[in-house]
Amino acid sequence: MSTSNEVTGADSAPDDPGAEEPAAGSSARAANESASEAATGAPSGTTAVPDQATAPDTPPRDVSDGRPETSYDAHFRVWRGDPEGGRLEDFTVEVNEGEVVLDIIHRLQATQAGDLAVRWNCKAGKCGSCSAEINGRPRLLCMTRMSTFERADVVTVTPLRAFPVVRDLVTDVSYNYTKAREIPSFVPPAELAPGEYRMQQEDVERSQEFRKCIECFLCQDTCHVVRDHEENKQSFAGPRFLMRQAELDMHPLDAAEEQGLDRKTSAQEEHGLGYCNITKCCTEVCPEGIRITDNALIPMKERVADRKYDPLVWLGNKIRRRS
Amino acid sequence: MATGTTPSAETDSPDHPPASGGVRDAPGRAAISARHLRVDRWWLAPGATALGLFAFVVYSTWRAFSNSDYYAAPYVSPFYSPCLADNCETMKGGPNWELFGSWWGLSPALIILIFPLGFRLTCYYYRKAYYRGFWASPPACAVAEPHRKYTGEKRFPLILQNIHRYFFYAALLVAVVLSYDTLLGFRNAEYEWGHMGLGTVVFLVNIVLIWLYTISCHSCRHIIGGRLRHFSKHPVRYRMWGFVGKLNERHMSLAWASLVSVAVADFYVYLLATGAFDDPRFF
Repeated sequence: MSTSNEVTGADSAPDDPGAEEPAAGSSARAANESASEAATGAPSGTTAVPDQATAPDTPPRDVSDGRPETSYDAHFRVWRGDPEGGRLEDFTVEVNEGEVVLDIIHRLQATQAGDLAVRWNCKAGKCGSCSAEINGRPRLLCMTRMSTFERADVVTVTPLRAFPVVRDLVTDVSYNYTKAREIPSFVPPAELAPGEYRMQQEDVERSQEFRKCIECFLCQDTCHVVRDHEENKQSFAGPRFLMRQAELDMHPLDAAEEQGLDRKTSAQEEHGLGYCNITKCCTEVCPEGIRITDNALIPMKERVADRKYDPLVWLGNKIRRRS
Repeated sequence: MATGTTPSAETDSPDHPPASGGVRDAPGRAAISARHLRVDRWWLAPGATALGLFAFVVYSTWRAFSNSDYYAAPYVSPFYSPCLADNCETMKGGPNWELFGSWWGLSPALIILIFPLGFRLTCYYYRKAYYRGFWASPPACAVAEPHRKYTGEKRFPLILQNIHRYFFYAALLVAVVLSYDTLLGFRNAEYEWGHMGLGTVVFLVNIVLIWLYTISCHSCRHIIGGRLRHFSKHPVRYRMWGFVGKLNERHMSLAWASLVSVAVADFYVYLLATGAFDDPRFF
């Protein structure tokens, strides 16, 4: 008899979290976008002109004019533009102790570039809205501390480069919602009614790691399969949604297979798992520290190998079914 | 619409071919001409990886084809064990199994090295390493790759990476033989048991690292328990899966450590066989 804790109730309800998450994320981001648009006074494509007193050639300097010594002026380069074009613009902007890059972007909005568009919401690394690229690396603006840079560093901030740009730092991430809808949702077991689901902790803990995902889409942005090859977007779901496939395939109560839906085969044939060459960039950029490659993508590849490329497993399954 | 959930007509329509291009020129993306904006030394890791792997390939190729200086009693080089051809040196009590008979005229190392080579070539860590280091696909995260097209591991020959588990089974057998060789290292040059030298320590370290690397493999993790859906019904396999999972977190380190150790063990035997020095004996 097992002595493990049981997980019951709401967590095991036959809902469709995969279908809900994008919608929730969508509304949160739509709200933020509205906030950004509200903050923007100028028409699309308008660019900010740096103040003469803070010209780009001015080197970053320590400040001793009444401000704390921990304050300094940093050199920022921020991409401004829209789908028609744009460029990196230089700004010199005040930085204070304890601030993150999002604080500096907000200061730019408040002091030098009122029409700078940026999407943000929680400022706590939990909503996944403020994804951007900082010095070429996909990161959350709100979780990148200014203390990680030297004072003399030039900090370059651009929008996510794998997705179409809307304006400035805001990108159109609807590709991800399209892919989310393509993943078949949780299939409840026919013999159980809601409220009767029982799962052991050790059976669900693998999937719980994947549930930490905040859908910032940094993994989708950094994955070279679509970042460097736009044409692959049609046939490749990306690490976030292949992880979703793995989560459902490992779910102890998912009855997809009993109802004729083979998640392993569909992951390979319909969602492009074979494109993944496990170079682990998705894992490197994940702000939640989810080991996407080791715990989701590679196990899924092994499950696909069971189903499609391993004659011994195939034979074993045949024999077992006969008996 | 920035966050809309309505798919664009162009994306879904069969009448429109999918847009192509990369990070610099795909339609609609931020117009940034640079292939990356990273300012850190992103090239260091793939460069060092490529250099390390290249050095090993050069060394192992030389040693595998040399067909000499691979046995100095009681030690046999891991590159030549088990020795499956008739043209092997006689190793008293050693891994001489002449399955290939006398027709094989090349170095006997070439027969057996296929298996550890295949295991490492299809290993999930090494795949990352050489895709990045040699093929630049991608060279580093958020650094554009130079290739115009990409199909990943969907097609031949890379679809063959899916047979990694079979090389894992073979690697298990090779590891068993190398364990036997390590045991033979507790003899002296006259084949008397109960002795130990510096070579014994070298072989012991090597075999421990070989085993750790082998069982920390992702395929092993899957076979042990990863393929299960209900761990609660298989408590022993669940615990083993957890143990392998902990090792698996260090798979990269173990891959490098065992690669170096196997080369060191071979080079140690080479030095002894060429008479460069005598094996220091402890007892």
